[in-house]
Amino acid sequence: MNTTATTHYPAAPASQQVETHTLSVLVDNEPGVLARVIGLFSGRGYNIDSLTVSETEHEKHLSRITIVTRGTPMVIEQIKNQLDRLVPVHRVVDMTVAGPHIERELAMVKVRGKGEHRMEALRLADAFRARVIDASTESFVFEITGASDKIETFVALMLPLGLVEVSRTGVVAIGRGPDGM
Amino acid sequence: MSNEMTGAEMVIEALADQGVEHVFGYPGGAVLPIYDALFHQQKITHILVRHEQGAVHAAEGYARSTGKPGCVLVTSGPGATNAVTGLTDALMDSIPLVCLTGQVPTHLIGNDAFQECDTVGITRPCTKYNYLVKSVAELPRVLHEAFHIARSGRPGPVVVDIPKDIQFAKGAYSRPREFQHKGYRPKLKGDLDRIKAAIELMRYAKRPLFYTGGGVINSGRPASQLLREFVKLTGFPITSTLMGLGAYAASDAQWLGMLGMHGTYEANLAMHDCDLMICIGARFDDRITGRLDAFSPESKKIHVDVDPSSVNKNVKVDIPIIGDCAHVLEDMIRLWRSGSVQHDRKALDAWRQQIEKWRARKSLAYKNSNQIIKPQYAIERLYAATKDRDTYITTEVGQHQMWAAQFYRFEEPNRWMTSGGLGTMGYGLPAAVGVQVAHPNSLVIDIAGEASVLMTMQEMSTAAQYDLPIKIFVINNQYMGMVRQWQELLHGGRYAHSYTEALPDFVKLAEAYHAVGIRCERPGDLDGAIAEMIKVQKPVIFDCVVDPAENCFPMIPSGRAHNEMLLGDAAVSVEEAITEEGKVMV
Repeated sequence: MNTTATTHYPAAPASQQVETHTLSVLVDNEPGVLARVIGLFSGRGYNIDSLTVSETEHEKHLSRITIVTRGTPMVIEQIKNQLDRLVPVHRVVDMTVAGPHIERELAMVKVRGKGEHRMEALRLADAFRARVIDASTESFVFEITGASDKIETFVALMLPLGLVEVSRTGVVAIGRGPDGM
Repeated sequence: MSNEMTGAEMVIEALADQGVEHVFGYPGGAVLPIYDALFHQQKITHILVRHEQGAVHAAEGYARSTGKPGCVLVTSGPGATNAVTGLTDALMDSIPLVCLTGQVPTHLIGNDAFQECDTVGITRPCTKYNYLVKSVAELPRVLHEAFHIARSGRPGPVVVDIPKDIQFAKGAYSRPREFQHKGYRPKLKGDLDRIKAAIELMRYAKRPLFYTGGGVINSGRPASQLLREFVKLTGFPITSTLMGLGAYAASDAQWLGMLGMHGTYEANLAMHDCDLMICIGARFDDRITGRLDAFSPESKKIHVDVDPSSVNKNVKVDIPIIGDCAHVLEDMIRLWRSGSVQHDRKALDAWRQQIEKWRARKSLAYKNSNQIIKPQYAIERLYAATKDRDTYITTEVGQHQMWAAQFYRFEEPNRWMTSGGLGTMGYGLPAAVGVQVAHPNSLVIDIAGEASVLMTMQEMSTAAQYDLPIKIFVINNQYMGMVRQWQELLHGGRYAHSYTEALPDFVKLAEAYHAVGIRCERPGDLDGAIAEMIKVQKPVIFDCVVDPAENCFPMIPSGRAHNEMLLGDAAVSVEEAITEEGKVMV
């Protein structure tokens, strides 16, 4: 598509490799702060793959937001800078580049079935160290924690065994070693 | 025939397929491909405004006077931000609009490019829905869906933000087709059991009252017809909000006039004392209810509304009916007719007599003068001169707007265009432009205030360009009259910045815009001057110089109940009438 002759905007840059990054963001827990963070992503066309938020330091009213996002290195850099510029944001750490870290997710998985399907679901749950947190004569709800791909695998296995629905927290992350963010 | 075309050409095709004949807009860098596509076709007429706010108000006037969605085309950045006031106005008054905004190319979004703004972010709270189109493949669907959402259910403005590269990109166009949206499905038919329960209440009501609003007009002409039929059938009295004027004929004996802050004595007291309130397409706005804990204390309330979020928002009602006015009224009429119980005529007669006593109080009376034009008199004479013509009235916001609502008597729906919810000064002139575009042979009058009209005066240039003979009837009291009235009532008569010094000479201003200027300063000259204004086949600015000290009555002071309203002749003790609590309200 040749638009250079008919537009006064610069042409699109040559495409770069898209990467996935996990960002930890420490913010004041005040009304509207989540809207500001999300608005930044939608307004500037950034992607959000996963987002979790909860107050983590009650006395200081600080919340920790974990965002998994995709973009070229330049876009990721912009996202970090834009987030850092928001007034209620205290710190932004790109966990993906900051060093070794752990990412976990929790999911609750509802499976409905009888007979052999039910037994198979239970055996697989055991193999994945998923716990039964609700049971009826024809259903289980499993609680499973782990990295996202582990949960994906478990959910995929449950599908033919009578998967009803899944509720997931999204990714939370923390750095390894003695230091905080 | 290939349906392969550019995004810009798709926009034109989609507008034509949606029945759009006129687009109000202003070009700029990010919409140039669409303007180029406009250049190559005959189906759509573009009206070039002078400011994007004017484009949106013009589209509102067009929509309100035709019942069809209005269409706006503006550029990115300032084009979009200038449209925000109009979009908010349309949202508050439930006016169907589709506003197309240009956007910087997708690869630059978020880059602070020239004339970039986060249009969907900025317009999210002031639209019914909005879209950022990221691929040309989804453009036809989005455009058709935008019109569907704008005009269905509770109507409202929809923004479609189209990046410039999408306008250039080629794709396959698809025509609109019947579809069921996955999530958005407004409910049109009301619950029949609830309608039955409502009819039961109506049969045994002793002091019933219809309280209707803009929803009846938004629903379309059949709703007004059905309302008239039902009101006649029941014999119940009827009042309406500012937005609902014209749905019921003002000349009818069952009509009580407008209710609310500047409503009539009979309408407000009937609201307060009724034992059954039948609310159709109104939303219990604070201008209507006054003090909430004293609002119509003894009545059962029926509320018909297409928007579930309007129900039980301010006032708890007994029978909510979610559905379109026309559908619900149709069911109500059928059930009322089929019932065997006769309504208690005796009680209704006593109620009517009570209302006549209130009416005899003549709450709209004012002291006329033969020295200076009273604003009420000016509107009465304007009404007398235009009532037998094919007339559309728009207004700005303020005292003149309330006087127009009180003294201009509307017989038909879609004849009254005013900014009710948002109260946008500067609405009336561009709205008149839009109405005149839709009805080129009708008489279109903007009853204006001199302060409001200066906010969008530039649209006179649009009227001149397209030979739109709109009449701007300026009630010129040199004050922001409603602000001055409140300062008199609430702030000890300290008129802080509500007086406009150095007003333009409106006659010369008209001439500068290739229009005709007429000034009238004496009551005796008024009829002749109005006749001259009507005769002129050009845009006119009519500078009607009126009594600067006149206040708008009756008035329910803030924080007061319907039965505590102030009448004009008893207004000496106005300051004491407003409580400390009332002063913090608007």
